[in-house]
Amino acid sequence: MRPLKLVPDNTNIPFLSYRNWAMALSIILIILSIVLCFTRGLNLGVDFVGGQMVRVSLDRPVEIETLRADIERLNLGDASIQQFGGPNEISIRMPVPHGGEDAANKAAGQVKQVVLKSYPGARFDAVETVSGKVSDELFRTGMLALSLAMLGISLYIWFSFEWQFGVGALFALFHDVAITFGFFALTQLEFNLNVVAALLTIIGYSLNDTIVVYDRVRENLRKFRKMEIVPLLDLTVNETLSRTMMTSLSLIVALSILLFMGPDVIFGFTAAMLLGIVVGTFSSAYVAAPILVWLKVGPDSFIPPEERRMGGDVDNAERITPRD
Amino acid sequence: MLDFPRWKVWLIWLSIALCVVFAIPSIVPGQYLKALPKSFAETKINLGLDLSGGSHILLEADRGSFIKQHIETMEETVRTEMRRGGDKIEIGDISTAGNRLSFFVRDPAQIDEARERISKFTAGVGMTGQRDWNVAFEDGNRMVLTPTEAGINAALDSAMDVAREVVSKRIDEMGTKEPTIIRQGQDRIVVQVPGLQDPDALKSLLGKTAKLEFKLVDQTATPEQVAQRRAPAGSEILPYSADAGPGVAGGFIAVQRRVMISGDQLLDAQQGYDQTSNQPVVNIRFDGAGGRRFAKVTQDNVGKPFAIILDGQVLSAPNINEPILGGSAQISGSFSVEGANQLAIALRSGKLPIALKVVEERTVGPDLGADSIRKGAIAGIVATIAVVFFMMITYLRFGVYTTLALLVNALMILGVMAIFNATLTLPGIAGFVLTIGAAVDANVLINERIREEQRRGRNIRSSIEFGYKEASRAIFDANITNVISAIIMFWFGTGPIRGFAVVLAIGIVTSVFTGVTFTRLLVADWVKRSRPKELVI
Repeated sequence: MRPLKLVPDNTNIPFLSYRNWAMALSIILIILSIVLCFTRGLNLGVDFVGGQMVRVSLDRPVEIETLRADIERLNLGDASIQQFGGPNEISIRMPVPHGGEDAANKAAGQVKQVVLKSYPGARFDAVETVSGKVSDELFRTGMLALSLAMLGISLYIWFSFEWQFGVGALFALFHDVAITFGFFALTQLEFNLNVVAALLTIIGYSLNDTIVVYDRVRENLRKFRKMEIVPLLDLTVNETLSRTMMTSLSLIVALSILLFMGPDVIFGFTAAMLLGIVVGTFSSAYVAAPILVWLKVGPDSFIPPEERRMGGDVDNAERITPRD
Repeated sequence: MLDFPRWKVWLIWLSIALCVVFAIPSIVPGQYLKALPKSFAETKINLGLDLSGGSHILLEADRGSFIKQHIETMEETVRTEMRRGGDKIEIGDISTAGNRLSFFVRDPAQIDEARERISKFTAGVGMTGQRDWNVAFEDGNRMVLTPTEAGINAALDSAMDVAREVVSKRIDEMGTKEPTIIRQGQDRIVVQVPGLQDPDALKSLLGKTAKLEFKLVDQTATPEQVAQRRAPAGSEILPYSADAGPGVAGGFIAVQRRVMISGDQLLDAQQGYDQTSNQPVVNIRFDGAGGRRFAKVTQDNVGKPFAIILDGQVLSAPNINEPILGGSAQISGSFSVEGANQLAIALRSGKLPIALKVVEERTVGPDLGADSIRKGAIAGIVATIAVVFFMMITYLRFGVYTTLALLVNALMILGVMAIFNATLTLPGIAGFVLTIGAAVDANVLINERIREEQRRGRNIRSSIEFGYKEASRAIFDANITNVISAIIMFWFGTGPIRGFAVVLAIGIVTSVFTGVTFTRLLVADWVKRSRPKELVI
């Protein structure tokens, strides 16, 4: 029995020759995402804007227009009704009413009655009420955690590799996070605290990928001291290609199953992760690696300074140091 | 690298066995757990409310009104202290406006004495040497007390401790199972109640301060004064829903400011029914001192209306027909049965020293939670089978080792979480997926590297050794960065993000352990036993 090989041995695809195109594509995607975030905006959940959300499973498909009209008659402010998951599942969102918790309780009660009148078999799955003060805090701490995590990681990579690698990793992370934000602005999937956890997962995964590539770059820079940086990066990406394919495919398969068979509550969450893995894989090869070319990483980057002074060019051959 | 000393082998198997054993109570259905010792069966992962269903309620104290209350308490203290002893100190023109307490000492010669009398209340109680109140003088004989930040914080802190106790008593009285009540930060309390169908009753109970007071109705106030909410000296105007009666006008009533009896002196409170009208009422019983005081007040004021006030709102103002000597009384006030019952609970558990309001509420119905778990479990199993299949056809024998490592990894994460009694939430599952992904990747990295080293012409043993050695570097770096982000998220994040960080931190350790160390042990064992001539990977 032969093992399956997704990528044939000695594959040699000139990835880096497309780097300008790839970078142009990345930059366009980032700009589009940012523009989308500002024009269309994110569909922020009650976690981040405050308000009340009631999640209902109905006994038959919803007639959104009629239900919306019924709820608007309650005068609870700007109520919105959204479908999620199946046609029988809706979420109703309202701003927090003035007058504290009694008013909030009353508003939720009124909505429940209106829904029960048209859909007697409805089941109320969840009620979330978040006051403006708490939602501001959640937003602030969420964004703080996200930015600090990105920064802390980049600093580690700087110390562990070289500053160019830190910049490259930070930019690759920014790329992945920005595009995921754009995806949420485009699809108008609800952006809530769970999605922040998904973003953190994407950062974690994308970084894992970037580090695998960078580790190989570091190794090859030490090994092939006379090789130009572009062919060296090509070699690196090709060498790590089979691993990238294996890992990404396993995760894509697993997440696709979770997306279609998993609970509706995590649909947005899984969708974000799936996208993040595709984008993260792309960014490791096409964002993180080419940045090293532009930031002029060369064979000297990992030579200790004293050796550099002596002009010590040891050898060009693959050095296999026998151990044990 | 492929030689393991015996103690190391034992240590690896022992730690795996330990974690797996502790994972058992969390994955085995409840009915099979009865045979196990109780303390072991209870060492399991808690499901977050988003998965199990239940209510999460965040209560916050209002700092502004607490400061006001803090100053009013000081006002009472000052009054008592100045009256105390043989020579009274005459004070006047007491004002609590502008977040400070100021009053006039009539005889300037007594100022030092006045200052002396309250000094034990203005000095700080803590070891920090900071004062609780700043004392100053204006215009010679006006004394001004301003609470310091440290003093307010200390008072708030102790009030919140009491509030937590009261909240937990009230929830116990409602007969709720396994509530979690913890203080959060300086002025918040988190209440988590699993499996509650209707949190509204709970919320309205927690929102009640339950400050019960008995005061005499001020019958000298004219209806005009009450309607314009101008209180005669020594009185105050409070909301009251009755239409008519002495001192009542336009939904308000005038009562004397002096508290005759307060709810602190209650021994018990029970919901009951009025014997004549059959309306729901609350029957209360005073303690010894309270009963004597109640007897005296009712004796002295027969024929006058007596206001029963709850949280600044007059519930009823019945006439005192005869002295009430038994120490028991009845509170009426157009209650529903449920309302009367709630009030009885609130009175039994004592008043909150500080008003709390609900700033966040999340309730998940038990059906949705169960639905999520079931669908999530099925999807998780199918996804695992797919990945395992993929690993097996790609890496054959090494794929089997990878599968074993993934399985052990999942069990170890659950086991470690159970040991710490950690809570699994939806974002926690995301953390789980990420670490499983990282574990898959670690194995892929190693296996691909072994293939590569073999292509370079190394022998079996050295391919495996170099495969592990070279791949470990990237695995290590990648996981260190994940540890960094887990720590940052735990430090700065709130609820769900923390849940994610905890699982991630545990998962990183176990996935490196299983992905690198455990598989190497398996491979080493295979190489030693069967001395393979050919390495198919």
